[in-house]
Amino acid sequence: MIHKFKAKGRNVLLDVNSGGVHLIDDLTYDLLEEISPEILKECPKCPGDVLEKLSSRYQKEEMEEVYEELLSLYHDHILFSEDVYGDYSNTAVESPIKALCLHIAHDCNLRCKYCFASTGDFGTGRKLMPFETGKAAIDFLLAHSTNRENLEVDFFGGEPLMNFEVVKQIVAYARSKEAEYGKNFRFTLTTNGMLLDDDITDYLNKEMYNVVLSIDGRKEVNDRMRPRVDGSGCYDRILPKYKKFVERRGDKEYYVRGTYTKYNLDFSEDVMHLYEQGFEEISMEPVIEDQKKGYAITEKELERIYEEYDRLADRIGEVKKSGRHIDFFHFMIDLDQGPCVVKRLRGCGSGNEYVAVTPDGDIYPCHQFVGHEEYKMGNLEEGTFDETIKKEFAGSHIYSKPKCRDCWAKFYCSGGCNANNYIYNGDIHDAYELSCKIQRKRLECAILMKIEESE
Amino acid sequence: MKHIKTVNKANLSVTAKKGGCGKCQASCQSACKTSCTVGNQKCANEENR
Repeated sequence: MIHKFKAKGRNVLLDVNSGGVHLIDDLTYDLLEEISPEILKECPKCPGDVLEKLSSRYQKEEMEEVYEELLSLYHDHILFSEDVYGDYSNTAVESPIKALCLHIAHDCNLRCKYCFASTGDFGTGRKLMPFETGKAAIDFLLAHSTNRENLEVDFFGGEPLMNFEVVKQIVAYARSKEAEYGKNFRFTLTTNGMLLDDDITDYLNKEMYNVVLSIDGRKEVNDRMRPRVDGSGCYDRILPKYKKFVERRGDKEYYVRGTYTKYNLDFSEDVMHLYEQGFEEISMEPVIEDQKKGYAITEKELERIYEEYDRLADRIGEVKKSGRHIDFFHFMIDLDQGPCVVKRLRGCGSGNEYVAVTPDGDIYPCHQFVGHEEYKMGNLEEGTFDETIKKEFAGSHIYSKPKCRDCWAKFYCSGGCNANNYIYNGDIHDAYELSCKIQRKRLECAILMKIEESE
Repeated sequence: MKHIKTVNKANLSVTAKKGGCGKCQASCQSACKTSCTVGNQKCANEENR
């Protein structure tokens, strides 16, 4: 399988199964319309009917030259390379659990309009996780992680800093078990910034491997969708806190992360606004919501969104060309040392190597499944854990998803978000096409940026 | 080559042999939380580098 596209005066060819990326001229681009793997396998020379078909536009000698180059790539297994991964997907058996999303607070001090957690409580009532539940979650992770050394715990909410003392207790408890169990805990935390102060900043910068700071960009954009309980915006309160946080963070990982909606389809302005405020690690995601909501993104907005990603890629390219640093999460791609294909087959690992735990100790495949009772996997206090659901998620990979199997982007998005697939299509194996289209556009931008950087 | 320039050197099929060690970060723990983004992650296995 190949994918080719034209952008910014360049022709890009991706060989899907090898991950090979090639820059090709117009003649090669057009010739590939006529060439199949079967032809390359059977014909040592460019077939006459192909030469004839393009003879009004190209010289015969040139076409033969291109054919030889294509043949060489084909024999090097970086053009029309075989799909040899079906066997690996069949071995996609259950994994140890290595990552937890701890819903440390099902409560929030903001009332973000697009919140998938029903403004913090996931529709299950406002609650804080008691330390005993967090402790039990760590014990559960230690018991189910078998030989995995790197264990990840994300403090999520709601707003996790509303239960900060318990965060500290859980971190201390997990750290106390590292040597005994031969494990390395990596903690992460996602916050809306409202409760950040100097002490919390210093603590998080010491203990957290990664911190995600939520903000949507420009003040008017952020405050429209991220109001406080009293309806006022949060931008003026959180921005100085984030600046201080990042100044003190040193080289450790962080992201400022926003959500864009139909209200700010010019979201490159928001990304660049965040950059101008001093943030260099930025993520900006499309809102995923019921398409009946006024701010939801629908098919109608896609062309505008594609244009905006092109604009964003240009602006980020300019920053990089000037020798300055910026990372945009969805344009980051490593063509040489990215994840192995086994990881790419399975994606995020939700329900299999990653689970979420609520304040009540209920276990779900991930944070987005919380509240969907049919996917409740068990409860820590009751000591229950449903292996049937785990098996279902272990069997969820790009070859179990019909729409993904034939998609050129499958080794980069790995089958998309199981929760979105379920919530919007009713089946974890049925890809949510709107997200797919946006993902494919971002990937084209990312690949093109890599090519530009290599020139 | 005159008409084609290959940009990267990696071949995904090679990673099938040594892959699946599980040392890498679960993708949703990085920054997304509402989408699945795997292609931009790093391999955490030193032996594969």
